[in-house]
Amino acid sequence: MQNQKTETPLLETRGLTKIFGSLRACDDIDLAIAPGEIHALLGENGAGKSTLVKMLFGVLDPSGGEILWKGKPVSIGSPGEARATGVGMVFQHFSLFEALTVAENIALALDGNVPIDRISEEARRLSLEYGLPLDPSAHVADLSVGERQRIEIVRALLQNPELIILDEPTSVLTPQEADKLFETLAKLRAEGRSVLYISHRLEEVQRICDRATVLRHGKVTGACDPRQETPSSLARMMVGGEVAEISGAGLGEPGELLIEINKLSAPSRSPFAVALKDIELSVRAGEVVAIAGVAGNGQSELFDVLSGEDQVADAEAIRIRGKAVGRMGITDRRLLGCGFVPEERHGHAAVTEMPLTANLVLSRHSSDRSAFLSGGPLGLINTDAVAKASRRICEVMDVRKSGDDPAAGSLSGGNLQKFIVGRELDRQPVVMVVNQPTWGVDAGAASRIRQALIDLAKSGSAVVVISQDLDEVFEIASRIAVINEGHLSAAEPASTMTRERIGLLMGGFHDGSGHAEAEAAHAH
Amino acid sequence: MRIELKKRENMSSLFSILSPFIALGLTLIAGVILFVSLGKDPVAALYSFFIEPLTEVWSLHELAIKAAPLILIAVGLSVCYRSNNWNIGAEGQFIIGAMAGSILPVVFHGWESPLMLPLMMIFGMIGGALYAAIPAFLKARLNTNEILTSLMLVYIAQLLLDWTVRGPWRNPEGFNFPETRNFADNAVLPRIIETGKTHWGFGFALIAAIVLWFVMRRMLKGFEISVLGQSARAGRFAGFSDKKMVYFAFLVSGALAGLAGISEVSGAIGQLRPVISPGYGFTAIIVAFLGRLNPLGIVAAGLILALTYLGGEAAQISIGITDKVTRLFQGLLLFFVLGCDTLIHYRIRVIFGAAHKGSAA
Repeated sequence: MQNQKTETPLLETRGLTKIFGSLRACDDIDLAIAPGEIHALLGENGAGKSTLVKMLFGVLDPSGGEILWKGKPVSIGSPGEARATGVGMVFQHFSLFEALTVAENIALALDGNVPIDRISEEARRLSLEYGLPLDPSAHVADLSVGERQRIEIVRALLQNPELIILDEPTSVLTPQEADKLFETLAKLRAEGRSVLYISHRLEEVQRICDRATVLRHGKVTGACDPRQETPSSLARMMVGGEVAEISGAGLGEPGELLIEINKLSAPSRSPFAVALKDIELSVRAGEVVAIAGVAGNGQSELFDVLSGEDQVADAEAIRIRGKAVGRMGITDRRLLGCGFVPEERHGHAAVTEMPLTANLVLSRHSSDRSAFLSGGPLGLINTDAVAKASRRICEVMDVRKSGDDPAAGSLSGGNLQKFIVGRELDRQPVVMVVNQPTWGVDAGAASRIRQALIDLAKSGSAVVVISQDLDEVFEIASRIAVINEGHLSAAEPASTMTRERIGLLMGGFHDGSGHAEAEAAHAH
Repeated sequence: MRIELKKRENMSSLFSILSPFIALGLTLIAGVILFVSLGKDPVAALYSFFIEPLTEVWSLHELAIKAAPLILIAVGLSVCYRSNNWNIGAEGQFIIGAMAGSILPVVFHGWESPLMLPLMMIFGMIGGALYAAIPAFLKARLNTNEILTSLMLVYIAQLLLDWTVRGPWRNPEGFNFPETRNFADNAVLPRIIETGKTHWGFGFALIAAIVLWFVMRRMLKGFEISVLGQSARAGRFAGFSDKKMVYFAFLVSGALAGLAGISEVSGAIGQLRPVISPGYGFTAIIVAFLGRLNPLGIVAAGLILALTYLGGEAAQISIGITDKVTRLFQGLLLFFVLGCDTLIHYRIRVIFGAAHKGSAA
């Protein structure tokens, strides 16, 4: 009898299905999470992980199937009901107000009128108990991404949940911060709580998870003990075939100097933006230089001044192919042979509501003027030529889509990213700057994108990759620099860099360079 | 209890085409309720409101005359609204355009030249564009809200016109009536066909609609307008300037409103008066949305809204109700158009009961 009891899962789904139009985003999903286990949900982007979790958290209504809580069927109609049932969730993208304090942000998420002092007290207690140090009176804007994530976790813990869902929690953390998080998760498990851990990082899953459920194309393709598997057997379940090994072989000697950044400084444009300080970097033909760093340390600001979306006062601060481009706009830089891929896919790299062909015109209307436009000053768009190029890109990058020319927003993150990267690769840019190339992208698409970037460098282009993903950084970079609070460390050969050293640089400790340490000391 | 709008995962493309027609149907139903509660025969009332004006040739000409400014203005507004610039001040740009275009026939009365009409039209467009440049400048430079500034400028334009026709431009032979001189024959827009009163303003409207349809459909400029309207950030990534687009959109719509103003004064009224528009600049906002911000749709929508003006006059005469009912129908139509559009994109969810108490409390 006792045995029987422990086998009743905390949460179980039977035949859970969600249909969007003709797409079965989740198809007949059976999942069982036992009490006191860390359960991994693995899958490519577009595999249906987010849809499944949204149904469990009451954000989406299932089209079919049932959800059982402690063996009894329940219907979860809203996040409020999910919290009342005992499910807490930490989303991948935080929903915090930067101008408010930690305690105020927590209070906003709670129902009813709990005095803010009580919340502060409670939050402080919980954060100490679980090893998530947090000052309730600090303003969110001043906190690092790791600290922001702690707010979300504490916020979820305040509801005393029995099941906590974490969506790609380590994608924004330094290795050290991630280790801290794992300790917290172990503590939660020891208390008998369950964790549903969504990730695409196989090593992590093997390290901390007791069981794993793998999704592909909306269906369960495997349920296993990740410790009994190898990374490649897990990856096979995820993508349905071997993931291509990235090969950096063939990156020859660096050639001509293509990008020179010289004492580049830029003031911050808003109270929450980061100022760039004295950045120096040069990139030669045939090189992939990766810029590592924790999110929010000036990556997007650096991307914007490199792309020309923001211009800097000193034209000489950035030279591309020998030309001073600091005062040039993005169009002129593209005409010099540059390609750019920003971090945010929706509403920056692509207009979500517009079809792929229109999104192709978006970045290439001037560089491919002769092919895509006719009628001289009238600027008529050649729909045939654009459609042909769009088909070519989709074929080369293996972009999977429904219909011939769907809206960009209807593609899964990985497929849209393949299109956006392919859009630039298609014109063989001499200089390519990419911000977070595989952020939120599944393993299959990520390896394809990384290989494409390496191949571009092999063919004699200079490639700059800004990335928070250290696995990616080590996989593709010939040299690595680290950005921290708007400072960029000197780029060092990837062969001599270690994770520990990057972790230290991410924290602002530049050995041998006195000023960062002095500044860090000054700040405390 | 709480009512929420939730974004639909899939919106029906069939219904987004049908939406203006559903809105029209709902407006008619509301009209029936309205007339019944006024104690009028709804069938007769709706007949005299919506059908009667279509049964006679002269009133078809009236329809075209009233539709012309609506279409011209709304086509310009569609460029603004598609690029996310909310110009609400077309009425003011219409008035200033009419005044600028009237400089030649009023101040230089008696000047005989074949250039008279073309110059009047150009002056009208420049006047409207310059007046629209004010909210554009304020938005691009100082980040003010263009809805407020453009709307406030309408009242300034109305009072400026009122003062001008009572003061400096009053007709010296006009027995002190607040009117300017009647325009000389060479300053009057000719009719399109000899048999009716429809003047070239309607021609301008059709040309503007077709040209802008082509721009939006085929040209990079049209693409730029939609991209900046949907995402300014993506627009910047494409190398388009959102500041320049503010000026472009306001100048185009101001110029077209100004052209509508001088066409109306020159083609239909023949002089400046204290009031030269029954709210064309505001009604055109309804036209733009009813026409789905598509220049060709706007032509159809302009004719429908013009019909409400004629119907209001007809209903006043034949069934004796106030012509305020025109504004009422226009308001209902806008309400239903926006309502239908909202419900195509969102669905209503009613949540009963208080939210669950958090266990931390």
